[in-house]
Order: sequence, then C-alpha cells, then structure tokens
Amino acid sequence: MSTPHLLVHDHADNVGVVVVEGLSAGTTMLCVVTHDNSSFELVSKADVPIGHKIALQDIASGDTAIKYGEDIGKFVADVEKGAHVHTHNLKTKRW
Amino acid sequence: MASNYSNMTFSGYRRENGRVGVRNLVVILPVDDISNAACEAVANNIKGTLALPHAYGRLQFGEDLDLHFRTMIGTGSNPNVAAVVVIGIEPGWTRKIVDGIAATGKPVTGFSIEQNGDLKTIMEASKVAKEYVHFASELQREECSISELWISTKCGESDTTTGLGSCPTVGNMYDKLLPEGIYGCFGETSEITGAEHICKTRAINEEVGNRWYAMWKAYQDDVIFAHQTDDLSDSQPTKGNIEGGLTTIEEKALGNLEKIGRTSQYIDILGPAEEPKSGKGLYFMDSSSAAAECVTLMAAGGYVVHTFPTGQGNVIGNPIVPVIKITANPRTVRTMGEHVDVDVSGILRREMTIDEAGDALIEMIIRTSNGRATAAEALGHREFSMTKLYRSA
Repeated sequence: MSTPHLLVHDHADNVGVVVVEGLSAGTTMLCVVTHDNSSFELVSKADVPIGHKIALQDIASGDTAIKYGEDIGKFVADVEKGAHVHTHNLKTKRW
Repeated sequence: MASNYSNMTFSGYRRENGRVGVRNLVVILPVDDISNAACEAVANNIKGTLALPHAYGRLQFGEDLDLHFRTMIGTGSNPNVAAVVVIGIEPGWTRKIVDGIAATGKPVTGFSIEQNGDLKTIMEASKVAKEYVHFASELQREECSISELWISTKCGESDTTTGLGSCPTVGNMYDKLLPEGIYGCFGETSEITGAEHICKTRAINEEVGNRWYAMWKAYQDDVIFAHQTDDLSDSQPTKGNIEGGLTTIEEKALGNLEKIGRTSQYIDILGPAEEPKSGKGLYFMDSSSAAAECVTLMAAGGYVVHTFPTGQGNVIGNPIVPVIKITANPRTVRTMGEHVDVDVSGILRREMTIDEAGDALIEMIIRTSNGRATAAEALGHREFSMTKLYRSA
C-alpha cells in the first residue's frame, strides 16, 4: 500500500488525522480507515500540520464531531470538506 | 496451549518478600522537605546511592498525610529498591516510614535530625548507606517469568498520533501479557473525561464499573467543577496537546483509553499510590494526569516498569522505575529521537501493524527489565513528584 496522508479511525468519523509532514492545500490525499484498511481520496483545502485534523465532509456549525466512532465535541463554525479542523471551529462539550 | 509469551523470561532481583525488581537501588529517602539536604549529602558521600528530594512532609493532615506516608513507604518498598536509609527531622514520622518499608523484609534504617544536627546525622547515615551499597552490589539477578512483572502505563504530551499508534501499542502489550499473569495499571482520572462511558464498561463486572464511575464523577464534581475558573482551555488538553492536533478532552480521552487494548478489563480500583491487593490483573489508579506525579504514584504502588506513549515528546523519567518511551509521531522521532525507546511511526505509514508494534514493545520491556538503560535513564531524568491533595495546616 502507498503511504497514506490521512488516517481515519472509524467509518462513522467525520474527521481524519494528517500523518505526513508538510501537507499543502490542493493535495489529493490517500486516506485510510484503520478499522479495516479501506481507502478513499480527498483533496486538502489548507496547509495542515502533521497530527491535525481535516473534515471528511461539509459540516454545519452545531454538528457533532465524530472520531473513533464517538462524540469528540461540537463544531462552532461551518466547515468545508477538506478543511482544517481544530480549536477555531471545534469545542469540547465538557468544560 | 501456551501462547508465544508464556515462556518469556527476564533476569531480575528477587526481594525478601518474593517480589521481583528490575533495578537494584540504594535509596536515601527524606521524610520531609527540610531533610532533603542531609539526604543529598549522604548520597554525595556514598557512591551508588540515590537521594529522592521532594517538596512536602510537614504539617500535612488527614487523607493528604495518608497519601504522603503511602507514597514514601511505597517508594521504599518498591522491588527496584534493595535497601533504604530514611532521614526525617524528628523520629516519629521517620519511624512510621521505616516500619512500613521494613514490612517487605528489606534492609532499612531511619535517622532523625533533631538533637543530632545535620552533620552527625549525615555521618551516621553515611556509614549505614555504605553497608547497604556493599549488600546491594553483591545481589545477583536470577531468571524470572515474564508473569512476575508489574507494568504500569501513562501517556504524555499526547497528540493524535498517540491514539493512532503508541497507545494502541501499549494496549496490544496488555492484551498479550495480562493473560500471562502480569499486574497492569492505568489511571489519569481527568483524562478519561469524554470516554468515561467506555471506561465504565471495561471493568471486570458491573460492581467494579460502578465504583470506577463513582470515583470519576467525584473527581469531576469535587475538583474540576469546584475549582475551574475557565473552560480549562489551557490545561486539558494542554498547549502541547493542541500543538499536536488534539482539540478537545473527549478526543484526548478516547486516544488515552487505547492503552488498555481491545480485550483487557480492569479488576479493581486503587487510590493514589495504593498497592494492588486483588491479585494479578489490570488496575485503575485514581491519579493526576501530570506525567511525573502519575508515574511517581504508580511506582509507589509497586510497579517496576513503566510504559509511556508520547506524541509531541514528553521527556519524563523516574528515579526508581525505568520509563520506556513509545512514539508513533515521525516528527518527534526526527527532532528528539534521543528520548524514544520504541519507534512505532511505521504504524502511520501502514508499514507496521499494531500487533507487530506490541511485540516490539514487549521485546523492549524484556530488554529493559534485563538492565538496558532507557532513554530517560541515560539522559538523567529522575522526576520524583509527590501528589498533594490540599494545602497543609
């Protein structure tokens, strides 16, 4: 298998993790779902550092972020498919 | 049928109480902060000894004082320690700690400074410490089954790669070695927030799960909600976590919980620094998520090897327990590889499976138990950090 750019834990997830350094906007990323090693392609919309997240679909403010197949917080801004997801558009529901 | 892991052995130090250590230390243990200077002087006099200076031990009371004694006695009792010299300002609390350590059967002697002064205390304690170095240096390692290891875990400077790689590596190790009869330990109470619904179901039965949940909820109510002044945005996740791509505590917690693997279940809950009493298996220790505090508490609970997944590169070590660092982040391997014992970054490139990573960690646990110095040991990381529950009287 080619080296993936993005890893996704679970098919239910709406975010994935960049696992290469120096990812730039406009890259056609190889995305692998670690649960079953299935893969798909997605174009990045931003330069995103290694370890940071990218939206797998268009997401509306108020929607729940899903990773590991679980709730990891709520979006506080609309997010385009392929865009960077972090503290500017995603918040905890806990504190 | 025996598994691939049943016949694994390592060379360890069997102590008087039957427990097995992987290090052979002579510790000079201060009862309180004002005895640090005398302990450090003894350690300077007698080569091959190790002083463990710390910040507390005066005017503590109640549950906080109980924790202080438990941490001191547990540290001295750890099988990685061959013998202990205890020094306190007065004889009462010094004797309490000496008696607690003596229950293991290992050599331990206490000294108190009042009516003696530092200089006389240092001289007398140095003579005993020297005898303990002669004693410890003649002890021999013997072959021990892997089932005799007590292995704890806690992650630090986590990022999204810890949930993808290094934490599942530790989880895989537990799934393989807990059935062989090791003792395991995880904790970090605040960092289960967001995954508490899953952690509750990973107990051996409903009664233990309910006790776990009550402990977690009490922490949430009595510590977080009682003391928070903001949304904890600078604390949990930490600034380092956020730099590494973790956005929320829920995300961090789900990655953290990967450390107990797919099949492992915890059999009981421990207070901070409490020794397991329910037999072989995995335990949850109510503990801080701060690395040095957590590892110090688990070492005081009797664990002899610590596995430490990191993403952004936490550099922690412990004076009495080897801390094995595991990372899956290729940038961390590149920029601070001197801190990494097990590189599992191949997981992110899909060149290495979690199963292979777990085996690589088990191999490093055996090598470390046989005496290989960890990165943290070679770099001199000896963070000994007591947990304090509330301010002193």
